[in-house]
Amino acid sequence: MIDKLLDYFKKESLPYPLALYRIGFGILVMFSLSRFALNGWIESLYLEPDFHFSYYGFSWVKPIGIYTYFIFLICFTSALFVTIGYKYRYAIILLFLSFTYIELMDKTTYLNHYYLISCISFLMIFLPCASFFALDSKKNIKIPQWTIDSLKFLIIIVYIYAGLAKINSDWLLHAQPLKIWLRAKYSIPIIGETLLQKEFSYYLFSWGGMIYDCIIPFLLLYKRTRYFAFFMVIAFHIMTRILFPPIGMFPYIMIFSCIIFFDSGIHKKILDFIRSILKLRVKNDQKFNSDSISFKKYRFIAPILSLFFILQIISPARSIFYPGELFWTEQGYRFSWRVMLIEKAGYTTFKVVDNSSNKFQVIDNMEFLTPFQEKQMSFQPDMILEYAHYLGATFEKRGFKDVSVYADSYVTLNGRPSKRFIDPKVDLYKQKNDLMHKKWIIPMKDDIKSLL
Amino acid sequence: MINNRFYSLIFSFIFLFSCSEDNSTPASSDNYDRKELLSNLVNNIIIPAHQNFNNQLQLFESTVNSFNDDRSISNLEMIQDQFIVTYRAWQYIEMFNIGYAEEIYYASKMNIYPANTTRILENINSDNVDLDGNSNQFSAQGFPAIDYLLFGVAENNIQILDIYSIDNNSTFTYLNLLVSKMIENTDAVIDYWDTNRQDFINSTGNTSSSSLNMLANDFVYYYEKGLRANKIGIPAGVWSGEIPQNVEAYYKSDISKILAIEGLQACINFFKGIHFGESQINGEGLYDYLAYLDDTNYSDSSMFIGLQDDILDSFDNSMIKLEQLNNNFALQIETDNIKMLEAYDSIQQGVVRLKTNMLSILGISVDYYDADGD
Repeated sequence: MIDKLLDYFKKESLPYPLALYRIGFGILVMFSLSRFALNGWIESLYLEPDFHFSYYGFSWVKPIGIYTYFIFLICFTSALFVTIGYKYRYAIILLFLSFTYIELMDKTTYLNHYYLISCISFLMIFLPCASFFALDSKKNIKIPQWTIDSLKFLIIIVYIYAGLAKINSDWLLHAQPLKIWLRAKYSIPIIGETLLQKEFSYYLFSWGGMIYDCIIPFLLLYKRTRYFAFFMVIAFHIMTRILFPPIGMFPYIMIFSCIIFFDSGIHKKILDFIRSILKLRVKNDQKFNSDSISFKKYRFIAPILSLFFILQIISPARSIFYPGELFWTEQGYRFSWRVMLIEKAGYTTFKVVDNSSNKFQVIDNMEFLTPFQEKQMSFQPDMILEYAHYLGATFEKRGFKDVSVYADSYVTLNGRPSKRFIDPKVDLYKQKNDLMHKKWIIPMKDDIKSLL
Repeated sequence: MINNRFYSLIFSFIFLFSCSEDNSTPASSDNYDRKELLSNLVNNIIIPAHQNFNNQLQLFESTVNSFNDDRSISNLEMIQDQFIVTYRAWQYIEMFNIGYAEEIYYASKMNIYPANTTRILENINSDNVDLDGNSNQFSAQGFPAIDYLLFGVAENNIQILDIYSIDNNSTFTYLNLLVSKMIENTDAVIDYWDTNRQDFINSTGNTSSSSLNMLANDFVYYYEKGLRANKIGIPAGVWSGEIPQNVEAYYKSDISKILAIEGLQACINFFKGIHFGESQINGEGLYDYLAYLDDTNYSDSSMFIGLQDDILDSFDNSMIKLEQLNNNFALQIETDNIKMLEAYDSIQQGVVRLKTNMLSILGISVDYYDADGD
């Protein structure tokens, strides 16, 4: 067994897949950042708001005024360097750090695929992606097979968890939230007024999505089904892009990432194609020498990557340790590949009380938050708490004494009638902002049966 | 190897075709006709309500003209009475902050209260007033300013008449200016609706700029801000202390209740799709659209059943609460503010349903956030 494992880690492969992945990944990140900047989102999401929602333990990560552009510039430049494979190791470390910094600046903008980009770029720090087709590459050497497989493994984890998350009674038995979402897509040509208005199609899409996520990794791994699987990948993700435009770059990242499952021959062809288009003169790549990567190097990489993957496997399931309905409390909801899973909206207002004089102020959220922040805050308990603390502190500065903050909050989940969300008698200013179970969330009466 | 690839390609194409076959199943007639909904809202509610308002406004102008010719108590009372009728008619169009109305801040220029009396007096004494100059002028024009000029500039009508003496015509000149400004703005807004009526009805998509999205957003916004906050919440001190002088029509505050009731009635009629005017014909409204989307049409799941009736119930409850209040909200707040706060709470229940449930089920986002989401 151990021998087999050791043998596996000695197995080598041609370097084409990682070279292509490096190039494509760098381009996708550059494209993402450009799109982000051109849409004016740097200003509207990071520069205009007065207040930013932080992740637990990362409250020190904030936009830095006008220098925020600089972080985006660093990120873009490092992605460019990654693409051309120049000073790759530094570039990918910088890419990981700057992108993750951007992601951590404000919780409001949390997206699963930002997290995915962080995870992939972290993993790529330890992979020899610039050994070939890169300005860095000096000689033609083979790369360890496990380095390619580690990327596959990450993609598999994403799909499997996304699939398992869909195994719940709302998704499968009520076809929610797809029923709400698809019905509202009546302006999509051809299918909008027809297929998308049919009851059966909501179930078809729900079950199809669940089955797709759960089995696609295996169809990709298995050689005989690989082409079919990749066709499915394209069809599925393009469909999500058409149906849900706000999903942004996610489909492209997934489609591109799935190319990694193909044999190195395919990668070579694509690289040859790139070469012929760009008329690049690259060294003869017919022959690759075996590279005896020293085990010293592994001693450093192995524990880090083991830990990384153990975390990747465990952390999406952490929600099972929290009592209450996950979709309602969202404790352990993020960083778990729960993509497009719930339709949730809330209405939350706050009252700040000066207990020394019984003076009070009901907050107009528009004074402190952007509409987007207000929308996101209104149904996510951790954001409600963080905002309540901010309000308390702000009013202490304005002269309130012995301050309490109360929330008046209603939330609707997957089309259920809206219900009171936060215990209105609990002084949120006195509640600790940590990762423990939040007892002041009023439990949802309905029970959503789910696997995770 | 090649064989396998070949087969999987074939398989893929078969899958593709079987998919597209699915897609092309003929359309059945069970789809909701959004055009009919929009056409009812525009042709039978929005445009008639604007026309009615315009008629009342012109009558108001004629009473002002008669008063100009003969500054008598009876002519002053004629203006005052017509003011109330016109103000009530306004309640049926304030929520339609769309197109040209939005562009020129029509609603803000018509009804931002409390009136800024300092600025009004400044304007009266100034030769050159630009009411469109900046947003500080919003509260120095429109109904609240005229309310002040007709009821608030002095203790009683005899004294008010003194203010409008021929010798010092500046107050009357300002009143006249405000009226002609209201007419100018209203004409332009009605022009917009006449010109864009059909385009507006034809815009049946579901994007931030399509008609139903804008109407639904404006409706919810009016219910939350125009009705709940401005008419009840702010004067009743929901946000900070009680401010009775912030009721609508403060200087004629015994009409503050009827104005609020008209505002709520406008919301109910819009929601149900009831034609404006005497006929009270019940056409297509958001109520009917929600009924179409009601889950009972799809399955026996109990997820969202009867939201449309739930919303109507909450409107009816709010109406009952409003009816119980004093005609004069300022007086109500000073004597028994609890009742006022109860009315607020009742309206608030409607806000929650409209803003979370209704928009969620209609698939309409609360205004427009330009950002990705997954």
